[in-house]
Amino acid sequence: MKVLKKTAFWLMLAVIAVYTLFPFYWAIVSSLKTGSELFEVDPWPKQPAYSNYVDVFTAQPFGQNIFNSVIVATAVVVLSLLLGLTASFALARIQFRGRKVLLLSVLAVSMFPQIAVLSGMFELVRWLGIYNKLPALIISNLILTLPFTVWVLTTFMRELPNELEEAAIVDGATPWMIVTRVFLPLLGPAMATTGLLAFIAAWNEFLFALTFTQSDNVRTVPVAIALFSGGSAFETPWGLIMAASVIVTVPLVVLVLIFQRKIISGLTAGAVKG
Amino acid sequence: MADSTTPIAASAATGEVAELPPSALVRQRTRAAWLFLLPTLIAMGLVAGWPLGRTFWFAFTDANLTDLTASQFVGFASLLSVIEDPDWWTTVWTTFRFALVSVSLETVLGLIIALTLNAQFPGRGVARASVLVPWAIPTVVSARMWAWMFNDIYGVINAIFLKVGLISEPMAWTAEPSLSFAAVVAVDVWKTTPFMALLILAALQMLPGDIYEAAKIDGSGPIRTFFQVTLPLLKGPLMVAIIFRMLDALRVFDVFFVLTGGSTDTMPMAGYARQRMFEYQEIGVGSAAATLLFAIIAVFTAVYMVVGRVNVGGEA
Repeated sequence: MKVLKKTAFWLMLAVIAVYTLFPFYWAIVSSLKTGSELFEVDPWPKQPAYSNYVDVFTAQPFGQNIFNSVIVATAVVVLSLLLGLTASFALARIQFRGRKVLLLSVLAVSMFPQIAVLSGMFELVRWLGIYNKLPALIISNLILTLPFTVWVLTTFMRELPNELEEAAIVDGATPWMIVTRVFLPLLGPAMATTGLLAFIAAWNEFLFALTFTQSDNVRTVPVAIALFSGGSAFETPWGLIMAASVIVTVPLVVLVLIFQRKIISGLTAGAVKG
Repeated sequence: MADSTTPIAASAATGEVAELPPSALVRQRTRAAWLFLLPTLIAMGLVAGWPLGRTFWFAFTDANLTDLTASQFVGFASLLSVIEDPDWWTTVWTTFRFALVSVSLETVLGLIIALTLNAQFPGRGVARASVLVPWAIPTVVSARMWAWMFNDIYGVINAIFLKVGLISEPMAWTAEPSLSFAAVVAVDVWKTTPFMALLILAALQMLPGDIYEAAKIDGSGPIRTFFQVTLPLLKGPLMVAIIFRMLDALRVFDVFFVLTGGSTDTMPMAGYARQRMFEYQEIGVGSAAATLLFAIIAVFTAVYMVVGRVNVGGEA
């Protein structure tokens, strides 16, 4: 009975692992196939070829696309953390009238469907003269990352001990000093977690990036991958697309493996206890 | 936990702050709070409040992409042209069907995965991390990977199914509406189940162990324990997670865009709104559709806040 249970359990784990990881394996295998090999369903290429990985960067401005994504995601994270730090201190540690309303509005904004701001944002982007430029994506992505950053950082800030703040107040510290000198050093892990989640959100954002850019060399990675196409509908360059997908996936997998604990704590910090 | 934001001067626990006039301190801290919030409030107003307001305004105009400044107020005409369009209702039906089917599957699978990962076994950390991977990559990338696997002629899924004998001839997974709907659900379930599993896992780890001890002593088997002990205890967190995912699923756009392209037979509401705005250049009508979607989401959000008893006050 015990052996049976153990076997069933490991079988279950194996099924979960295969289900989770098989698409990646298949993308890697396909990205190493060229020409007619791509159309044979072999579990491993007969002659692994790296030409797809070269073509992605020579036939497409994919290097530029990666660079764009890095710039946008980094700027969005820095802005969100800067703004979120002071805002979350106010919301977590100070009792003032209107605090609950503000917290609720932050939560409400994080539930916005992106499509509901799309036309208004489009007009704003045009009006600011940043259509088809990266700042358009940086500004629009804030709607995804800022409420979330404020919310998660507020959750973390609430857990900091009162005594620290009390001692600082007794020593005559202003709220600004408390945030920057007392709390910030303690918030390192929380900032890293929130920053990482915001980075992933901005890196993966699609709708704004698709709508507010036009030229190939302003596109971010997800848009580039979505719009890769061959000369006609019948020759989708699957090898190229798989190579690009693998290139994008690897750094994210590494990030996830290194920071898995932080990510899980961040994801569940924002979640609500029932 | 006591409310962490009680002004110190008012708490009797520390004697030495008594000489600070409480009102001065409270005043200073309230002023600081608003100053600290100002940059965020301005940013939110600019990127959320203002564009949302403009979208609502466009919904009552005949705005056209070619010249936004020339839009005329038309009352409910734009909203009516959405409501009278059978294609819109097709997308509403598609979106709700997608949300129901994919969230149900994600909940069941998420529960199974969470219960499995909740056990103690060597390599648990790696298993948890690997479950996170589908969640971390862009939806567009996972959709493209699956689209290749679903390819009707060269796809690995048809090859495997043919070999095992599940199907007798290759299926056009991404071309046929009913099949492409299944394909979209498959991708979404694969991508979002990890998120569900992690939320459930976090809730599982907060459950008291002694209840299980008691169940064991009473001779309750694993299945009975699950239905009579675990599930009732998980009901709250599970409801919150389900509503949260429903909200996400109703806004869906990327997966459909990549897998099914621009046919209205298999299009979500967000896709319909965007198509009207940027392909037909009818910003007014598209904004009306977006406003309707916003209203649906708003109702669900209200339900979420009530059911989740969202903790905004800071008292646990």
